[in-house]
Parts: sequence; C-alpha cells; structure tokens
Amino acid sequence: MNPLGELWVYLSREPLAALTATLCAWWVALRVQRWCGGHPLANPVLLAVALLAGALLLAGIAYRDYFAGAQFVHFLLGPATVALAVPLARQWAAVRARPLAILAAVGTGSLAAILSGLALGWGFGGGAGLMASLAPRATTAPVAMGVSEALGGLPSLTAVIVICCGVVGAALGPLLLTLLGVRDMRARGLALGTASHGIGTARALSVDAEAGAFSALAMGLNALGTALLLPLLWRWLAG
Amino acid sequence: MIGGLAALLLCQLAGELLARALHLPVPGPVLGMGLLLAALLLGGRVPEAVGTAADGLLAHLGLLFIPAGVGVVLHLDLLAAGAWPIGLAILGGTLLALGLTGLVAQRLLGRR
Repeated sequence: MNPLGELWVYLSREPLAALTATLCAWWVALRVQRWCGGHPLANPVLLAVALLAGALLLAGIAYRDYFAGAQFVHFLLGPATVALAVPLARQWAAVRARPLAILAAVGTGSLAAILSGLALGWGFGGGAGLMASLAPRATTAPVAMGVSEALGGLPSLTAVIVICCGVVGAALGPLLLTLLGVRDMRARGLALGTASHGIGTARALSVDAEAGAFSALAMGLNALGTALLLPLLWRWLAG
Repeated sequence: MIGGLAALLLCQLAGELLARALHLPVPGPVLGMGLLLAALLLGGRVPEAVGTAADGLLAHLGLLFIPAGVGVVLHLDLLAAGAWPIGLAILGGTLLALGLTGLVAQRLLGRR
C-alpha cells in the first residue's frame, strides 16, 4: 500500500481525526458567529454541522466512521442533561413564587409544540418514524434525541430539527412577542425557553437577565415534562 | 470539579438503572436530572464542585450535539423530499408555541 493510503487507514481507524475535526469546526463556527456580531441566524451548531457534513460528503467518508470517533463528544450529552438540574435549582425561588402560572404557560406551549409537530408531520404524510422524530422537537437536544429514540424516531434527524427550531425561535421570536404585545420579560423568557430551548435561552440572556433566567427555567421544565409525558401521550395516540 | 463530574455521572447511572429496572419510557439522563434536582433542593444549595462541572458542560452544550447533527448526511433524501412541509412545520410550529406561551404567561403572571 502507498504511504498516503497507510496514513488514511490510520486516520480512519483512530478517533483522533474525527474528534479534532469536530472541535475545529465548533471553534470556526464560534468565530464566524462573533464575526457576524452574534446574529441569531449565524447559529454555531448549524454552521459546524454544515461544515462537517459538507466535509464528509466531499471526502466520501461514511457517517458511521466519523461517529466512531465523535461519539466521545456525543457521550457527554448524558451528563449535560443531568447538569440542567443546576440552573433549575438556582431559579427555584422564582418558580416557587408563581408555580401555577409558570407550569400552565410552559405546559400550554409544550403541548402546542408537540401537537403542531405531530399535525404537520401527519400533513406531510410521514410515517411513524418521521412523526416520532418531529414530536419532541421543542425540547433541548439531549432530551429530544432520547425521547425520539424511545419512540422509534431517528435521533440524528431530531437533532437537526431541534437545532432549526432553536434558530427560528431565537431569530424571529422576540419580534413576534413584541407584535403580540408580550412585554413582560418573565413571559418573553418563558416563551423563548419553551419553544426554542438552549438557543432561545442564549438569545434571551443576551437581551435581559430576568428573561434569561425564566427561559432557562422553561427549557428545564419543558424538557422534564416532554420526557415524562410525551412517551405516555404517544402510547395513548398510537394505541 | 472531579467530584462534581462524578456526581453528574452517578445521577445519570442511577437514572439509567432506574429506567431499565422499572421499564420507564423516560431517558435515563432525564431521570438523572430529576434525581440531581431533588438532591440539590433537599441540600438547600448547589455545591461549588457540582456548579462548576455543570456550568462547564452547559457553556458548550451546542458542541455536544454536533456529532448527532452531522447525522443529517444520512437523511438528505428524506429532508429533500419533504423540505417544504418539514420547513413549514418547524417555522409554524415553533412560532405558534412561542406566541401562545408568551400570551398565556403574560396573562397569568399579571402585573407586579
């Protein structure tokens, strides 16, 4: 075998290349986001995924081979999901002050997000796999992917859809809320966190600290509620 | 930091075991999040090591779903075939949920 071929075999067998490419793509994406002045449409996750997907397609590398290395980053989604308990615990005083109002608002939004996802999936004529991938799309990615997998969906398709929902909500959400006359920073935060998870929360934080806190809270509650209730709702709808 | 990471992993492990043992339809890490939240509220504060580990992971939460997101290369056909309906579902569904949550929240929270 020629030396280049040997190098290629080495690179494709070790996780090092895939890990390095993933971190480099993330770094480049963060730089581009800063260069765009933090514009919500310049979402770093979307940019990094586009870079890596393009590279895989151009180089003819199978996703399975890439994931064999990148799975070490992927693994951290589990502990990161557990870590969401920390911002939730920090905001607990605010939840306890108005628990019913917050639960009702997040519950309404969460249900609207699930049902609209299912209705539009149905309208698309998609099979159970696509519906299961669409249903948890408003929750934070680690939870959405776990739920999607439990329902028989495609976690990777869900991840892409979740990212798109975050970008749409962060980019257009504040404008829509202003048009609707929602000026209470707590309500704006809850809306962004419920519909657009972490990406919406990042946007809310950059505008107002109180909106950011309520957005993180809504993201955590929506994640917990969707994870607990969607599989049961799914069973009921399917049964 | 290490103690905090160990605590996160322990909660995840407990969550995974609980989900399997009781055949719960909820992902193990989500149960782990519930367990950690209960522990933090019972303890009355967030220990510094747990806070540091959690903040470190959550600061780059976006990075963690890149490997799965790149899986889009497996579904290009599906996405191309349904580009408009899936795109409209994302746009319409997200804005509907966002507006509804904001309106309900503002009405229920009322004036301060």
